Amino acid sequence: MDLTWVMTIGGTIIFIIVMLLVWMAVRGPAALRGIIASRAMIMAGGVAFPVVVLTALLAWGLAIARDIRVSGQEPAVRIEVSGEQWWWRVTYLDGAQRPLFATGNEIHLPAGSVAAFSLVSPDVIHSFWIPSLGGKLDMIPGRTNSLIIRPERPGVYRGQCAEFCGAQHALMSLIAVVETPEDYAAWFENQMQPAREPQTAEQQLGMQLFGENGCGACHAIRGTEWNGMAGPDLTHVGSRKTLGAATFPNNRGTLAGWISSAQHLKPGNKMPSFDRLTGVELRALAAYLEALK
Amino acid sequence: MTLACILPVFLSAFVGVCEGQPADPARRIVNGDAVAGRAAIRQVSCGVCHVIPGIAGARGAVGPSLEKFAHRSFIGGVAPNRPEVLARWVRNAPSIAPETAMPQLPLSDDEALDIAAYLYTLR
Repeated sequence: MDLTWVMTIGGTIIFIIVMLLVWMAVRGPAALRGIIASRAMIMAGGVAFPVVVLTALLAWGLAIARDIRVSGQEPAVRIEVSGEQWWWRVTYLDGAQRPLFATGNEIHLPAGSVAAFSLVSPDVIHSFWIPSLGGKLDMIPGRTNSLIIRPERPGVYRGQCAEFCGAQHALMSLIAVVETPEDYAAWFENQMQPAREPQTAEQQLGMQLFGENGCGACHAIRGTEWNGMAGPDLTHVGSRKTLGAATFPNNRGTLAGWISSAQHLKPGNKMPSFDRLTGVELRALAAYLEALK
Repeated sequence: MTLACILPVFLSAFVGVCEGQPADPARRIVNGDAVAGRAAIRQVSCGVCHVIPGIAGARGAVGPSLEKFAHRSFIGGVAPNRPEVLARWVRNAPSIAPETAMPQLPLSDDEALDIAAYLYTLR
């Protein structure tokens, strides 16, 4: 707020002075024009004044930027987000930065609380950007960048990778779900739980096929033997709103479509198209995953 | 009656004339709203598996293209292409074809009818 006023008023004053000088230089009496043209005036107005003003503004701006980044409040939520070609690995951390649970492409935040993000990348440079919630910040291999966000209003906000990172950069999105503290607590509690057991014969078959087709080599489901790390954790995949890094809504149909044609929908991504399943098997697999709420 | 509902009726008559055969009202007239159907198709993302004219990004390759669906004789190669069958198919295909890869979808009866109405505009 101060910054806005200082820049507006200061800019206006400088503009008026410059316009007066222009008027004097063009229309003013000879004596005045002589003063403007003097060497001392040029050194003072053209060199000394900008150096002093701009240096002062830079120092002040950096001080303000530090206040924006480092909030006084202790973060209520700590999240590590890893940008990977082409999705977001989201890991919720405890106070000692130890992982609590992992999810993908979907961040939940309690409204009104400070969330501290650690942004990393294992492959190429990505950029984490949820425009409605905060500025963008690059995810650089070998570095951990910190970002503080304090969302105010509940809602679903879209995020997008903002640094070109390869063929499917455009389909590397995520959503941030800002909730009331109660809703957030319920979500958090559910995410902490291991995966639900299959409830129907179809889901049971799907679970069996998940193992037989080697899905667990890349995907983890907590509470089972599957602990693959290459792809998103699927422990509660059925609770997520989107698939394929916020590319499609998440339902049984899109799950089946993604499993059987991931390479057609997002060419070059690391998941193969599982197109050797029968129709019954594909539906069973989708039914199992959908039920992992 | 919105324009979108009248249009298919009009078009069916037109096609019937062109092909020298009467339009089959049982096939082409659905008690659903094609505009709402289009919205429902977007919402569940049928396009992940199907090519669907008029739906942005619907270029799926899992199931058949739905181009000219109103002219199709069979649904999924197994059931006659009639409105009541189509509405049931889009909601719960396995109840008609137990071997199909197309899953049950989270749609209400009305939404299924609306989607059927939209699919019958594809000529």
